[in-house]
Amino acid sequence: MPPLAPERLKGFYVQMTRIRRAEEAIVARYPEQEIRCPTHLSIGQEAVAVGVCQALSEQDVVLSGHRCHAHYLAKGGSLRRMFAELYGKATGCCGGKGGSMHLASPETGMLGASAIVAGTVPIAVGAALAAALRGSDDVSVAFFGDAGIEQGVTHESLAFAALRRLPVVFVCENNLYATLTPLSKRQVSADVSPRAVAHGLPGVSVDGNDVLAVYEAAAHAVARARAGDGPTFIEAKTYRWREHVGPNFDVELGYRTQAELDAWMARDPLLRHARILETSGVLTAAERLALDREVEAEVADAVRFAKASPFPEPAALYADVD
Amino acid sequence: MRELKYREAIDEATRQAMAKDERVFVLGVGVDDAKGIFGTTRGATLEFGPNRVFDTPLSEAALTGVAIGAALRGLHPLLVHARNDFLMLTMDQLVNNAAKWRYMSGGSMRVPLTIRAIIGRGWGQAAQHSQSLQAMFAHVPGLHVVMPATPADAKGLLLTALTTEAPVICLEHRWLYEKTGPVAEEAYYTPLGHAAVVRQGTHVTVAAMSLMVLEALQAAESLAAESIAVEVIDLRTARPLDSETVCASVAKTGRLVIADTGWRSYGVSAELAARVGRECFGDLRAPVERVALPDVPTPCTSALERAYYPGAAEIGAAIRATLLVRGRAPAAPSVEARGKEFSGPF
Repeated sequence: MPPLAPERLKGFYVQMTRIRRAEEAIVARYPEQEIRCPTHLSIGQEAVAVGVCQALSEQDVVLSGHRCHAHYLAKGGSLRRMFAELYGKATGCCGGKGGSMHLASPETGMLGASAIVAGTVPIAVGAALAAALRGSDDVSVAFFGDAGIEQGVTHESLAFAALRRLPVVFVCENNLYATLTPLSKRQVSADVSPRAVAHGLPGVSVDGNDVLAVYEAAAHAVARARAGDGPTFIEAKTYRWREHVGPNFDVELGYRTQAELDAWMARDPLLRHARILETSGVLTAAERLALDREVEAEVADAVRFAKASPFPEPAALYADVD
Repeated sequence: MRELKYREAIDEATRQAMAKDERVFVLGVGVDDAKGIFGTTRGATLEFGPNRVFDTPLSEAALTGVAIGAALRGLHPLLVHARNDFLMLTMDQLVNNAAKWRYMSGGSMRVPLTIRAIIGRGWGQAAQHSQSLQAMFAHVPGLHVVMPATPADAKGLLLTALTTEAPVICLEHRWLYEKTGPVAEEAYYTPLGHAAVVRQGTHVTVAAMSLMVLEALQAAESLAAESIAVEVIDLRTARPLDSETVCASVAKTGRLVIADTGWRSYGVSAELAARVGRECFGDLRAPVERVALPDVPTPCTSALERAYYPGAAEIGAAIRATLLVRGRAPAAPSVEARGKEFSGPF
């Protein structure tokens, strides 16, 4: 794979920073009780969403699950409309009717998210089927977690996609926990990707905290899909820093250790990428700070926009039902 | 007018929809095989070929999600199931996704998806191949449920479903498949949520759906000999449910019998009775009667099947019950249950 241009590498950093800062703003604002919906944060997992979406073109589509902020933003969703959605406002990306778990931005290719684990995996396959039937070369991506592979519908989807060689990339974000339950209590193997091989599609495991590794695997999978060579399964091994749902850390619950969390935080995908950019001279520390400031301003603007936006009128309750 | 069988009308509607709209394609277990879902997908297979009519693995849940995904990307899938019992495997996709995608996205996306599924009956098909599950789907905002009783409606409602930018579930009763009736040759579109008065009468209203419309007409015919004039309404769609047409009839008759192919409790008959009780309470001169399946699973043996399924005789008895309230003595019961016209194997 040819080396990425410096601007692209900086773009990866900005994308990940936008997700990180946006979710940190949620952490800061959540106690105000104005974001009145369950939020599942991706802090620590940003490299997966960004690495994959950077390998996509604008007309490609993604689907996601309850932890969907990162996928929405990485696929070009509006930051303002995301915060407005979290605040339940009419200007939200779903008019306030979806909330944190159902972010959608069809105009940028984010087709939505289901709060039922793996619920959108077959929908991504269907988007790929539509592309195949229409003869377009659009690719679709299904984002799901390590628990997603425990759902029967995922296996049905993998098998059907392989059977018809559909242009879809399955991205399993393995963050080791389903709510509070570790992978070891749920699955016989620590590796998820070999499960895909049984269904007749290649399965690879990558370091999900290395945005370049994720990008490379995704770019390869997307190229395969676009060339008509069928689906690929990517397991991105990563880690959720905060609680399953909500803004806090939760080590005190005892299901994981501080040492484990520290070890993963030391592998922060954002800092890791920043260091690479700094060492290779792509982005100096000063330039990075300037980029951070820009993103922080963007996030602050989005929060202001959300807070200043109106709530939907009561009549909206009955709109867009059937 | 030309006559077609119910199953031929479905086949024709499918082919006409596909010819008019290249977004429409057909998928499902066995849709392109030699039998073609009792002939209903055979014509489309021969006319449009494997790119637009294709078989699937037995993965109903995923295939429903696949159909939703294709719908979100601009196609209109027609997903076919040989029995509606198999839709229970797809409830997450139907209820959590298909029904809600438009609403959850604030109206920015729609799911134009048509699902056909057959209600089985008889020949010992037992508890998992004979359910009539319209109430399960009709309960969910965002889904439409149609239940055509005639070949004309089988065509007109399916054509409407295939031009509706929302999920529509068409439940077809297997016992109607060989019935014939007049069907216009051109494509036409029967609106959802419009019941039809299929027989005029002044004494009692029977509101029925699917196969029960035929049973109601037979009951009405028998009672006509005793000068009991029964008005029969074919509800045609379970959601939206046209209670307005029913209330207009009740305003005239003051009596209502509801005949449902599903179970008695918590079903479409309960919903309709509640609406009539609210919307035209003052017109009712007798309690609303319901003819529906008893609250037990379908048995296999024909001995118990006979006790399980109500028909014209039970509808006739219910009609008499609504009249008895006013102290009117009924003539001796003479209504015969409809003769067997359908036998296995399948």
